Amino acid sequence: MIKSEPTDSSKVVIENNFEKRTFWNRAKLELKKSPGTARFGMIVILFYIIVALFAPWLAPYGESQVFPIPYEPWGQEFVFGTDQIGRDILSRMIFGARNTVGIAVATTLISFLIGGALGLAAAINRSWLDQVLSRCVDVLMAIPSLIFALVLLSIFGTSIVNLILIIAVLDATRVFRLTRAVSLNVVVMDFVEAARLRGEGLGWIMRREILPNILPPLIAEFGLRFCFVFLTIAGLSFLGVGIQPPLADWGSMVRETAMLIQFAQYDLKAGLTPLLPASAIALLTVAVNFVVDWFLHKTSGLRDE
Amino acid sequence: MHPIIRTVLVRLALGLLTLLAVSIILFSAIEFLPGDFAQSALGQLATPETIAAFRKELGLDESAITRYYRWITGVLRGDFGTSFSGRGSVTSIAKSRDVVDLIAPRFWNTLFLASLTAIIAVPLALFLGITSALYRNSFYDRAVNAASLTTISFPEFFVAYILILLFGSLWPIFPTLAKVDETTLLAERLLRCALPAFTLTLVIIAHMMRMTRAAIINLLASPYIQMAVLSGASKSEVILKHALPNAWAPIATVTAFNLAYLVVGVVVVEVVFVYPGIGQLMVDSVASRNIPVVQACALIFAVTYIVLNLIADIIGIVTNPRLLHPK
Repeated sequence: MIKSEPTDSSKVVIENNFEKRTFWNRAKLELKKSPGTARFGMIVILFYIIVALFAPWLAPYGESQVFPIPYEPWGQEFVFGTDQIGRDILSRMIFGARNTVGIAVATTLISFLIGGALGLAAAINRSWLDQVLSRCVDVLMAIPSLIFALVLLSIFGTSIVNLILIIAVLDATRVFRLTRAVSLNVVVMDFVEAARLRGEGLGWIMRREILPNILPPLIAEFGLRFCFVFLTIAGLSFLGVGIQPPLADWGSMVRETAMLIQFAQYDLKAGLTPLLPASAIALLTVAVNFVVDWFLHKTSGLRDE
Repeated sequence: MHPIIRTVLVRLALGLLTLLAVSIILFSAIEFLPGDFAQSALGQLATPETIAAFRKELGLDESAITRYYRWITGVLRGDFGTSFSGRGSVTSIAKSRDVVDLIAPRFWNTLFLASLTAIIAVPLALFLGITSALYRNSFYDRAVNAASLTTISFPEFFVAYILILLFGSLWPIFPTLAKVDETTLLAERLLRCALPAFTLTLVIIAHMMRMTRAAIINLLASPYIQMAVLSGASKSEVILKHALPNAWAPIATVTAFNLAYLVVGVVVVEVVFVYPGIGQLMVDSVASRNIPVVQACALIFAVTYIVLNLIADIIGIVTNPRLLHPK
């Protein structure tokens, strides 16, 4: 009793000292030190998330609610006017946040699930599995992904599910490469060997031993891949083979209103209309890039030019 | 054998292998077609006889290896098969066109646009990269960097429409539609291709410029450069005479890589400017699911991409001074 008491109290004191910094405290400290560009990026991303989540409440009209006047100019009733069949542009922009960004996030998540799992497995296994997967990825990466996506879309048809799966699989090749490369450095470490000798299975080693150690580069890569996927899907939709109408989507909105740009001389606002969804795409990519830059800078110190 | 030649030969063999694998992948894409494809391609009005004939022409009654062999030998002779469009009627074969006739004129247009872009973009990127390395951390350097980072994050069509708005609509000095044909004179053709070429330049210049700058700055830390500095060489002399020769490999790699990226960029830009190139043809064919045309376009794009990457690697190998003097 006498012996254990002082150790207990000292333990409590130590715990008290350390418990003060919770996750949120640390996050706050990091945020205070973050540069202006990263803060700007985070605010923009937060704004997009809010718009995407609360789209039905924020939009003045419905997603595909048609009004009698097509190409209505900017004004009180329709802030950014209406499109070629009389749908409110602002409402479609707001719903577009939900569709375009949502589909891009889903695609990136799937590509990380596929690419990450296979990359980890290849790095740990290092036998025929690694060889087969690496050679397949080499060949897949030899074809430009937009071109390959076009080929696959022409074969499987242009539905949202096909779009998500095709882009996710093509993008998973890049994730595979990165995951495999960074986990190769971790696989050779002693604690992994110890886990192996302990008799842990492949799943345990992947999740508990290696994944925590390769998380920072993977998170940064998630941001960059999201940008890439987002731009690819926007590009495909712009070309008319991605997200299909009547679903509101920024890429196809640019295509639908593109002809208005010819009238910029007479009505500058009308000329700017097709640039609105395009700049919504650009702004989000810039914002994500800013945050990823800061994150990379913080976690690795690499990229410090 | 000299180590350089051996490395180059190994790389060439690998490139050929990749080409073969890619051609197999693009070919086998047709294997995944849904069963009723002949019906959906020919439309509801097609008679059972036409569908049967169409199936037979696709060779669906033969083994995949035979068909691949026939396809690839045809491609090597410049025969990409016949287009699917216009097959619905009874006199189908007469109406459908050879894919190669569709592609050939458009291919030259695309090549023209890509070369024009390369002629503008590569010297400009090298100039910007070298000068920003020379005046590192100056206002000029920061401005060029910020501008290039911005253009990287923009989708191609956004850059294109900004240029159209500025130079085609508000201040109309360039045509916004790049419609050209064989009869268009060179001067007129250049004028019409100006905006698409500028767009592509803005899209690819950033990577090349940043890579040039990074490669040179990376080298500036190495001992032999410090030696040159200490021996009294001027700043521009150090960069142009000592750093640049060693930086050629990464610069050449990123240049070829970005020219390969042009392949992807042209697709979107051609659609924006209604330029009659293979990118636009491919998008149209994807929408109408005209598989032979899509396959042919994809093969051309993929081959260009692979060959350019191969050239980049070989330049990287040949210009590496360490390989020139084997131990």
